[in-house]
Amino acid sequence: MKAISVQNISKNYAKVAALKGLSFEVEKGEIFGVIGPDGAGKTTLFRILTTLLLANSGKASLEGLDVVKDYKKIRQMVGYMPGRFSLYQDLTVEENLKIFATVFNTTIQENYHLIKDIYQQIEPFKKRRAGALSGGMKQKLALSCALIHKPNILFLDEPTTGVDPVSRKEFWDMLAKLKEEGITIVVSTPYMDEASLCDRIALMQGGEFLRIDTPENIMNSYKNILLSVKADQMSQLLKDLKAYQGLESCFAFGDSHHISVDKSSYLEEGDDWKIKLLKYLEYKRHRHILIEEISATVEDCFMELSEGS
Amino acid sequence: MIILLVLPIMMIILFGFGINTEVKNSKFAIYDPSNDVATQGIINKLNTSEYFTIAETVNNPSEIEQIFREGDVGFVLVFSENFYQNMLHTGEAQIQMITDGTDPNTANTLVNYAMALIGEYQRELMQISHIPFQIQPEVKLLYNPGMKGAYNTVPGVMGMVLMLICAMMTSVSIAREKELGTMEVLLVSPMKPFIIIISKMIPYFAISLINLASLLLLAVYVLHVPVNGSLVTLGLVSLLFIFVSLALGLMISTIVETQLVALLISGMVLMLPVILLSGLMFPIETMPLALQALAQVLPAKWFIEALRSVMIKGLGFSSIMKEVIVLSVMAFVLIAASFKRFKNRLE
Amino acid sequence: MKVITANNITKRFGSFTAVDNISFEVEKGEIFGFLGANGAGKTTAMRMLCGLSKPSSGSGTVAGFDISKQSEQVKANIGYMSQKFALYDDLKVWENLKLFAGIYGVPAKEIGPKTDRLLANLGFESERNTLVASLPLGWKQKLSFSAAIFHNPQVVFLDEPTGGVDPVTRRQFWELIYEAADNGITIFVTTHYMDEAEYCNRVSIMVDGRIEALDSPKNLKQQMGAQNMDEVFHQLARKAKRN
Repeated sequence: MKAISVQNISKNYAKVAALKGLSFEVEKGEIFGVIGPDGAGKTTLFRILTTLLLANSGKASLEGLDVVKDYKKIRQMVGYMPGRFSLYQDLTVEENLKIFATVFNTTIQENYHLIKDIYQQIEPFKKRRAGALSGGMKQKLALSCALIHKPNILFLDEPTTGVDPVSRKEFWDMLAKLKEEGITIVVSTPYMDEASLCDRIALMQGGEFLRIDTPENIMNSYKNILLSVKADQMSQLLKDLKAYQGLESCFAFGDSHHISVDKSSYLEEGDDWKIKLLKYLEYKRHRHILIEEISATVEDCFMELSEGS
Repeated sequence: MIILLVLPIMMIILFGFGINTEVKNSKFAIYDPSNDVATQGIINKLNTSEYFTIAETVNNPSEIEQIFREGDVGFVLVFSENFYQNMLHTGEAQIQMITDGTDPNTANTLVNYAMALIGEYQRELMQISHIPFQIQPEVKLLYNPGMKGAYNTVPGVMGMVLMLICAMMTSVSIAREKELGTMEVLLVSPMKPFIIIISKMIPYFAISLINLASLLLLAVYVLHVPVNGSLVTLGLVSLLFIFVSLALGLMISTIVETQLVALLISGMVLMLPVILLSGLMFPIETMPLALQALAQVLPAKWFIEALRSVMIKGLGFSSIMKEVIVLSVMAFVLIAASFKRFKNRLE
Repeated sequence: MKVITANNITKRFGSFTAVDNISFEVEKGEIFGFLGANGAGKTTAMRMLCGLSKPSSGSGTVAGFDISKQSEQVKANIGYMSQKFALYDDLKVWENLKLFAGIYGVPAKEIGPKTDRLLANLGFESERNTLVASLPLGWKQKLSFSAAIFHNPQVVFLDEPTGGVDPVTRRQFWELIYEAADNGITIFVTTHYMDEAEYCNRVSIMVDGRIEALDSPKNLKQQMGAQNMDEVFHQLARKAKRN
């Protein structure tokens, strides 16, 4: 039995089509990432799966239970961490944990082993009001509260948004550990670099899935050849690259620029292609030019797919 | 938007028409052992005026108190025996006006109007018969001989406070969960919606019990308002009203999405009419019929009346049956409707 | 010319020191990245520079005005783009521009032509009359930035401007930033995207209220033996006690 099975789910709000006929499945114990920017429809999808919203059409089931008919049973076995840290701001860390344990008819002790690693980091602050915690700590507390009843499936809606990179990395380390407990985890994020930490991902934009596969497969299926280009004057370099003929795309990527070239034409020319580019850039007076082939990241793939759609 | 535009209009209507200290067709009863020309003359004068209408004739002084318990009559006119004869022979005649002192405002107003009319009759009679005499009305107040305003305001304030705590706080509290997003998390849990609701109401129930107790203590020992009736009856009817108010708060929370709107609705739509129409500040009898009808819909009005009957008139449970039934029906309807409306999804 | 100067700025809330003795300078036309973990004190520091809150001790100037004593002039000479974009959803695109231009005192007859030029530059002309509420997020963000620099301030403060936006739009946004910097506007930006840190001329990293690093991305990477800014950040932020 699949942990999650979705068939042709659509959802409309007034004039906007938030979800356009989505279908996918999630295996038990998987970490499934829904990667996409704001407005892609991630939250709408999550709310339908956690039985908070009704889809306009299509079906979905969690471990064989239908999200419409069996919603009561589903609500007993899922953990849900919605977009805004939905904790009780005026209760302490400890009190929040207790409330959520009680709501799920369990105690903190019963499943403490699940949250131990996470909770230990905020335990020194357990008497502090949740509203007074920093973003990273709130996030750890929210995760603990969502886990305290040992859910079968955990839905985390943008748990790392607005959090600094170090806390984000720690959060994902915690998720990896949870996998060992056999909990299915569905997590959404706008940060493309977090995609590679999932078993499978769905790239989402405008209510549709651009692709669903493992991160490796997605990266390997990058259509074009990807190269990274560096020089001393990065800003000017970008302008000159954009003016160069023969590139499929050209984007800034932090400390280098990524350019993509049509595969067949690149392979035809072989080394000549890079030499031609180098000459052009030297002519444009760039120095310390570095051009090398690289493998695509999930972000590169997302951009290639979304430009196409 | 609608609230901003409609509210001022509502207020003008309520204040303009509601605060009407004039008297119209106020009912009165008579005890007339003389039944002679003069008494008939006076009764007629009052009856035919636009201010008063005769409701009952009392045959026995002991029935007088009963009439006030029933609560329909504004005052009772009591004539002495051999009224006309006394007037002719001694030049003086005595009339007694007995009014309900629990509402000093009303009592005052009625007395003044009645006295004006009696004075007119006296002048007319003097013109015809050329006999100098005086009709001296004696005013007696039942239940609140000291005309203490507190007797009237305390029940009113109690109604207002309980309504405020229960309705406003409950609705705001539930709206806050919706607004902050914690409601979302509670819904995706085994907790039944009805438990969520009850748990939001319990703290305000407890607080209102404490409020009730402290208000009563203050009223009795500091303001010297009596509790002439049974405390048990008082407690029971208060509990009933608390339920109604909690249910009202619940109902409001199913309509609104944010705390601010919950506050506005509870504050404006509930409190203002309660203050004006429950008889707290102005007597209901003097308001135009339309507003009187509106007042019937307010739970606070029934509660305040019941409170007055029990606290100040010392009446028993049987006298407030009407109020109890009305409040019970309101509670039942509100609770049932709110439960039905409570959404266990986000849309 | 120094557009921003900070001298030993400290901010205390009761016994808690949110910002601990920070000092730095920003040149005209620089793109200055202001990084740090949540709770490190970034927002508090930015607020002081924008004239929204007074330092407990220390001093600073922005656009030549003292942040403690001349906060109103500071506000009039800067642009500010908050995380939630702060546009009026129920107004049209051009109405928003007009509103913010008016607030910052752009002369009335300049507003029209400037709006036209700006919309043309963004490729937005067809959306002139669209209500902001119906714009996709990426466009709202570009519009918000444009509104923030409409009055040609000396410096613009951007508080996590690219949060949650799709990758393509994110880069288009940075191209707008580059353009503004080329036109002499100094950019002060905070972000959680470490690749964006690379686009800055210089970067400062706050940890526990203090500035633990302040240099160009290139130099920082060299100093710490890191491949990219992500590693630099990790090395520094890990030492934090506040989280």
